[in-house]
Amino acid sequence: MTETIAGPAAGPQALALVPKAEAKQSMKDFKSDQEVRWCPGCGDYAVLAAVQGFMPDLGLAKENIVFVSGIGCSSRFPYYMNTYGMHSIHGRAPSIATGLASSRRDLSVWVVTGDGDALSIGGNHLIHALRRNVNLKILLFNNRIYGLTKGQYSPTSEVGKITKSTPMGSLDAPFNPVSLALGAEASFVARTVDSDRKHLTSVLRAAADHPGTALVEIYQNCNIFNDGAFEVLKDKDKAQEAVIRLEHGQPIRFGVPGEDGLGSQGVVRDPATGDLKVVDVAEAGTDAILVHDAHSPSPTTAFALSRLADPDTLHHTPIGVLRDVERPVYDTLMADQLDAAVEQQGKGDLGALLTGNDTWTVVG
Amino acid sequence: MTSQVSSTAEQADGAHVGEQRSFGDGGTDKEIRRLDRVIIRFAGDSGDGMQLTGDRFTSETASFGNDLSTLPNFPAEIRAPAGTLPGVSSFQLHFADHDILTPGDAPDVLVAMNPAALKANLADVPHGAEIIVNTDEFTKRPMAKVGYATSPLEDGSLEAYRVHPVPLTTLTIEALKDFGLSRKEAERSKNMFALGLLSWMYHRPTEGTEKFLAAKFAKKPDIAKANVAAFRAGWNFGETTEDFAVSYEVAPATTAFPTGTYRNISGNLALSYGLVAAGRQADLPVYLGSYPITPASDILHELSKHKNFGVRTFQAEDEIAGIGAALGAAFGGSLAVTTTSGPGVALKSETIGLAVSLELPLLIVDIQRGGPSTGLPTKTEQADLLQAMYGRNGEAPVPIVAPKTPADCFDAALDAARIALTYRTPVFLLSDGYLANGSEPWRIPEVEELPDLRVQFATGPNHTLADGTEVFWPYKRDERTLARPWAVPGTPGLEHRIGGIEKQDGTGNISYDPANHDFMVRTRQAKVAGIEVPDLEVDDPADADTLVLGWGSTYGPITAAVRRVRGAGQRIAQAHLRHLNPFPKNLGEVLARYDKVIVPEMNLGQLATLLRAEFLVDARSYNQVSGMPFKAQQLAEVFKEAIND
Repeated sequence: MTETIAGPAAGPQALALVPKAEAKQSMKDFKSDQEVRWCPGCGDYAVLAAVQGFMPDLGLAKENIVFVSGIGCSSRFPYYMNTYGMHSIHGRAPSIATGLASSRRDLSVWVVTGDGDALSIGGNHLIHALRRNVNLKILLFNNRIYGLTKGQYSPTSEVGKITKSTPMGSLDAPFNPVSLALGAEASFVARTVDSDRKHLTSVLRAAADHPGTALVEIYQNCNIFNDGAFEVLKDKDKAQEAVIRLEHGQPIRFGVPGEDGLGSQGVVRDPATGDLKVVDVAEAGTDAILVHDAHSPSPTTAFALSRLADPDTLHHTPIGVLRDVERPVYDTLMADQLDAAVEQQGKGDLGALLTGNDTWTVVG
Repeated sequence: MTSQVSSTAEQADGAHVGEQRSFGDGGTDKEIRRLDRVIIRFAGDSGDGMQLTGDRFTSETASFGNDLSTLPNFPAEIRAPAGTLPGVSSFQLHFADHDILTPGDAPDVLVAMNPAALKANLADVPHGAEIIVNTDEFTKRPMAKVGYATSPLEDGSLEAYRVHPVPLTTLTIEALKDFGLSRKEAERSKNMFALGLLSWMYHRPTEGTEKFLAAKFAKKPDIAKANVAAFRAGWNFGETTEDFAVSYEVAPATTAFPTGTYRNISGNLALSYGLVAAGRQADLPVYLGSYPITPASDILHELSKHKNFGVRTFQAEDEIAGIGAALGAAFGGSLAVTTTSGPGVALKSETIGLAVSLELPLLIVDIQRGGPSTGLPTKTEQADLLQAMYGRNGEAPVPIVAPKTPADCFDAALDAARIALTYRTPVFLLSDGYLANGSEPWRIPEVEELPDLRVQFATGPNHTLADGTEVFWPYKRDERTLARPWAVPGTPGLEHRIGGIEKQDGTGNISYDPANHDFMVRTRQAKVAGIEVPDLEVDDPADADTLVLGWGSTYGPITAAVRRVRGAGQRIAQAHLRHLNPFPKNLGEVLARYDKVIVPEMNLGQLATLLRAEFLVDARSYNQVSGMPFKAQQLAEVFKEAIND
């Protein structure tokens, strides 16, 4: 992340209480002995490799890392990590992880979930984890389809999608997970793509360093039931027009490079509406192009950025860290209250508690 | 009180024993009668402060040393329309100079703050009882609201009762006229006037209430003083007015109690303290994940006050997240608890199933209320037994522990924690609305007397592979308890993954093997079936043919009824189940010993169903699902009928 705009120095404190590894770790240390059983060609493999590959960079004692998942293809993830892990029930991983993280601040807790798990059955837990800002890193694998139940539309599927349960096309308007997270008061929201290992790793790293809940939406290809859903973002020619790469402190430019070598298209604020729109840089002038500020206290611009993407074509999809701000972390607040209670009332005395203030004595 | 049964107490809860005496001690020459027990019911509008009045009278009575039992009864609406029948809130208190078991069948004294309170409660009041009415409220509109065409105070309909008409509102306002309060503010203290009057009638100590009022209104000293003044005015009114010619004494219940220090305690408070104590005795931090629901919320409120014991309370976004957070904390090594009532249990079912599969310790506290669905939120019922027993997908056995009295909720919580921690299993603690809100004296235990609940976390490998490698197997079991090791994150070398998918025995890896699944299902069942619980004790002094078997909060009325039956010269045996799953090992043998087995329950026969299924015994159900506890007299008649049958 380039630090050209002043912002809160996130980073080490997110993991300050997690013990460090004694020896240098390698990717191999994070691979469990279980056979990986996703379909050949599934985008999940790439994400698993990226996570196993970047974990050693964190240098944390792996016994203090926990992966918690719900139900769905991606939720098998914990079985393949040689850390502590729990494969729980559909949609509930954020709540289980909340209990774990808020009772054990010495752990680095990760939630692995999918678009059905997090946004459909578990939508309630997701938004409340985000507003509380529990110290969790949520990896939301979005493939815009239900894979494990063999191909029904999901809450991120495009309107009109023909699936097994919607032979005449789905009627539901989809969620934009980034918009949703921003609306739920998330302090860290990012989006990345399974096939872009470098970008994926950099976003995971930023999430790991973030104190509080980090939501990372990972566009992930289901090659069986929704193959090519994100092709427009991956195809070299098309991606240039479709993907808006966000970098903190940099002007938001994309598309075919212009004379200055940067994207010929850019994002500007419409002075009439305050909304954002895409323009030709040459026409608007470089000074008019919005500079991305992930640390802005207000989520307004991040939300407007999230709305640039066309839900059907995915054109103008921003990827990168949309929002990264510091605000009080739930687990810390909870621990502080415990400390304050001891300070104010002294350490609990069970005998005194049971006796209370209003007693009488029976003598034999 | 529960533990001591003296010979006089055998007839207790039956006829009153009284003695008359008068003495002129200078100040008054009013007659004082001694009674062995009294049942008072305070009834008024939801906004009249009847619960507070009852609580204060209870505290006074407790500190005086009587045995007591209480029954708060209030509507689910916070403020139902004023003056209506649905808006009536009442608080019944039974206190005695001996060991008693129930809040009493019928009040000796009814305090009716308005016409609705009179109308709603009159049917429960036996002829000859005293009724104190606030005459100020018996005007045209309030009477019309509840369908009184003529005033019951004047039309002779209360002739069978001893009615004390008292203008409570007027007297209160008059007493507070120098306090500069508005009429409305002054009127609010009329419950304290009534409390003062009743405190005089029954010679209750008053210091506690005055101290309480000073503390409650510490930030509004004028209101505190006004309430104290109203309270004293009520007392003085009793002392001076001729309408109250007699006052009553109920001596402390000194012989009914074992020696010790006592306090009054409600079921939810005792349960909360039991959880705090369990955390201390297990040397584990308590983590409560909960969502507010009547009548369980008080446990969340109480535990949230004890952060200095390391207790974490998490008010979740819903019932599912409440138990989810608790289960997450259990994985991390906390003593995890979730509290709820029946509808909440329904929502938590899937997570309970996960806890069964993960084999982690977890307490599920269900304060049962009337069902189905929203049912009767503020009323009591025992109809979640089968939900606790079977309400999950798959074969998912969960141990069930049920307290029998308010104070017993403390011990039951410790017992449930013992089972959860020893056997690494979710455990149901089935209390109910009657126990939760009712109160009784409790002998405060010495901390040193409490059970040691400490458990050992896994610290290293527990299995050697064929090639000699030392490994950790998360599902390798303790041979005696069948519990699996509790390996908490942060322990090096024990990294492992668990989940809701069927696991291979030992390794805990995913397994779809048919034989393994069959083995794991049977093993989980065997673990719960093998939980050590004490044998069922039977109280059968006279070699009876008929056994009455109960569980949970029916203990009080059943025991009171058994005493009446025996007092009338008939033989009956009594036993009460604390453990519903597994049953005590000797239960089948006990049932086989009797010709007739009666099972009273506040449901349609759920325990009876289990008994019939397990023991092929012809258990006779006696059922009531009115939202109210059984009455001793009602059960005594049922028992007599069964004996004579």
